[in-house]
Amino acid sequence: MKNIKVLGTGCKNCDTTANLIQIAADQAGVEINLEKVTDIAEIMKYGVMSTPGVVVDDRLVHAGGLPGPDLIRQWVGQ
Amino acid sequence: MFEALADLLVYRGMGMDASSHTGAALHFFVMDVTKIFVMLVLIIYVMGLLRAFLSPERVRDYVRNRPDWQARGMAVTLGAVTPFCSCSSVPLFIGFVEAGIPLGVTFSFLIASPMINEVAAVILVGILGWKLAALYVAAGLVVAWLGGLAMQWFRPERWVEAYVWKIQMGQVERAAPDTSLKGRHRYAVAEVKEIVGRVWKWVFIGIGVGALFHGFVPESWVSENLASGNWYDVPTAVLLGIPLYSNATGIIPVAEAMLTKGVAIGTTLALMMSVAALSLPEMLILRKVVKWQALGLFVAVLAVAFVLVGWGFNLVAGSVISG
Repeated sequence: MKNIKVLGTGCKNCDTTANLIQIAADQAGVEINLEKVTDIAEIMKYGVMSTPGVVVDDRLVHAGGLPGPDLIRQWVGQ
Repeated sequence: MFEALADLLVYRGMGMDASSHTGAALHFFVMDVTKIFVMLVLIIYVMGLLRAFLSPERVRDYVRNRPDWQARGMAVTLGAVTPFCSCSSVPLFIGFVEAGIPLGVTFSFLIASPMINEVAAVILVGILGWKLAALYVAAGLVVAWLGGLAMQWFRPERWVEAYVWKIQMGQVERAAPDTSLKGRHRYAVAEVKEIVGRVWKWVFIGIGVGALFHGFVPESWVSENLASGNWYDVPTAVLLGIPLYSNATGIIPVAEAMLTKGVAIGTTLALMMSVAALSLPEMLILRKVVKWQALGLFVAVLAVAFVLVGWGFNLVAGSVISG
């Protein structure tokens, strides 16, 4: 099962990103473990300054702004 | 073009009278909404195509490990050319501190960033002309430079929350950006959606306020209250701007309406800066990393700076602008 983390201090885009990922996973029928990381120290450990950031299986794949649908499908799919 | 469209729609299509309050306000609204949104989308798309947007991570790498004046110059310039969401200011602040960048330089960045950005600058040129745009940008750069210096002088380190100093940032490999034309196009469209999605309501509110001001506020009221020629015009404008908040693009139509009603240039610039750079939501976000004392000082330093800018321009501007 994939571990996906959404890094963000609670801005609107962070919530939207997390929702989009969950929806994409449901659509693909993939089970994921989605976690919202809101602790700033934890976020900075990933070297992220622009939120939302997305971490898939401990690898940072995105930082800053809403990710596109293709990207999200990639993260959930592989 | 936009004026013709507004003429057609409001005066011909809806049968409004150009000399009526409602007609004038509606005409202003239609003209600015079409003009500003077309410009907004175009500029952001072109910038996105060029991938000209800098990430805060890159800004941090540019600014760190430089002598103070160089770091400040970079921070002010980079703050001016990047439109950051205020929700990024906490990680940005911590990232700068962690990189050993002096706090005064960080504050310079935090002042320049909301006040000036390339999108607002281009729209300023389109609405108010290049002279005013240049004045606004130049004054903003100077305020950001000196404001950061002034903050530094008060040794704000003592007001930074303790946990900030302890954070260690990791280095993580980042995925390389897609630089094909298709990738650039997708990135540019995403930027347009993201930035327009963030600022459209401020722009609408700004245009609405500008339209009401343009159509309904009598010039006699303006000349008594905002353009009396007294020394307190500018401080009044700055105080008015502190509780009000809009982004730099949203305040432009308000400034446009004020100028056409005869408000002095310095007073208008002071209000614009105060509204764009000093905002309650921004302060509450920064409260996570610094104590109230630092925030109070930040507001005070900026308010004083904006008053000085306003007075300065009111003293010298008459000849420059009319010439």
